[in-house]
Amino acid sequence: MNTNNNSYTLLYATVMVVIVALVLALVSGSLKEKQTTNVELDKMKQILSSLNIDTKDQDAKALWKQYITDELVVNSTAEVVASPKVEAFDIVLKKELAKKLEERELPLFVANIDGAPKYVISVYGAGLWGPIWGYVALNEDKNTIYGTYFSHASETPGLGAEISAKPFQEKFVGKSILNDQREFLSVAVVKPGQSAEGQDYVDGISGGTITSKGVEKMLMDCLGQYEAYFKQSTEGGTAQ
Amino acid sequence: MSKLFSDKTKEVFLGPLSKNNPIAVQVLGICSALAVTAKLEPAIVMGLSVTIILAFSNVIISLLRNTIPNRIRIIVQLVVVAALVTVVSEILKAFAYDVSVQLSVYIGLIITNCILMGRLEAFAMSNRPWESFIDGLGNGLGYAWILVVVAFFRELLGAGTLFGLQIIPQSFYEAGYVNNGLMVMPPMALILVAVIIWVHRSINKELQEK
Repeated sequence: MNTNNNSYTLLYATVMVVIVALVLALVSGSLKEKQTTNVELDKMKQILSSLNIDTKDQDAKALWKQYITDELVVNSTAEVVASPKVEAFDIVLKKELAKKLEERELPLFVANIDGAPKYVISVYGAGLWGPIWGYVALNEDKNTIYGTYFSHASETPGLGAEISAKPFQEKFVGKSILNDQREFLSVAVVKPGQSAEGQDYVDGISGGTITSKGVEKMLMDCLGQYEAYFKQSTEGGTAQ
Repeated sequence: MSKLFSDKTKEVFLGPLSKNNPIAVQVLGICSALAVTAKLEPAIVMGLSVTIILAFSNVIISLLRNTIPNRIRIIVQLVVVAALVTVVSEILKAFAYDVSVQLSVYIGLIITNCILMGRLEAFAMSNRPWESFIDGLGNGLGYAWILVVVAFFRELLGAGTLFGLQIIPQSFYEAGYVNNGLMVMPPMALILVAVIIWVHRSINKELQEK
């Protein structure tokens, strides 16, 4: 058989592409359902993790039912949207961030930990190489941070990627995002050893400065959207 | 069994582990050797994934070798590799979600690994499936062990940990020991690979260029 023939080459390429497309479509189609469930479970785990709940080897769905009491959609003027376009859990923050601030519909998860309500806010931003995201849980006063969870797509292992490690996330616990006048300041991420004037700050990662700054900007941008909502609470801020 | 493990297949398997190592001798696949070796764990998983994908794509190309039109053979090889990588990544997403999250970028990177194209073109296109399978395993493992050695030193000296566990005792740090920040940067991987090549060539004198 002459395999160098033009028509043979063309035929071969066509058949190959069709077969490969068929195989891939089959694989993707048959695994789709399982993957979607995995993604949902993973999102639940991430949110629970920001509430300092250990989700390792646990049934995330059961934990979710146990702790999460409400899934709200709010807008930038602190109104709860009664009939949101997308349910809170399915909101893609990246898409909302592309809209004008007034048009955004933002997710807010209310959890009940030992009788006290916690508010979980999702955050999304850019690191050095790709997107970074996470969840920030606030205490009842809607000001001090109860817990955080950060993850990333492709930050440098050992440097920027450390934002997804517990030691970094725990640094945020107890920090305030509002000052005494209840103005929104967010939490700064500074080079270790430096400090930020007039607001709470945590040490960034040595060698991961751009990712650290990305976290700072992400918190500023995403928590800032809920500014009006935070101010509803009347308790005073505690930032230095 | 004697037929399965003849001297030739043994040579095909053991060669890439040392005297014909894809990284140390052929200097292929350096890009990923730099990218994934800052920590030991991803290095091991990457090594294993490459080994598995290389072995199977070798077999597929070897089975097809007499039908592949010469002019589009590189495209055919690429399509086979890309399809395999996609399938593996989809399966991981469905059945081992945690692992797939950890490896997100690395799995995709396998497609661009020069060792795969190198072995498919140089070996699988002209050898029978069984030998090609062994060749894939040998080269994959030859690649993997270099990655593991590099990652071992980078994680130990750069972060003081192995598999994320603290190895260097706290008392060292109190006495003034500092982690070598340069170790977690990609250039250090290149220097470590060079050191491995140096040691490797001092042991195997016949590899030295005159």
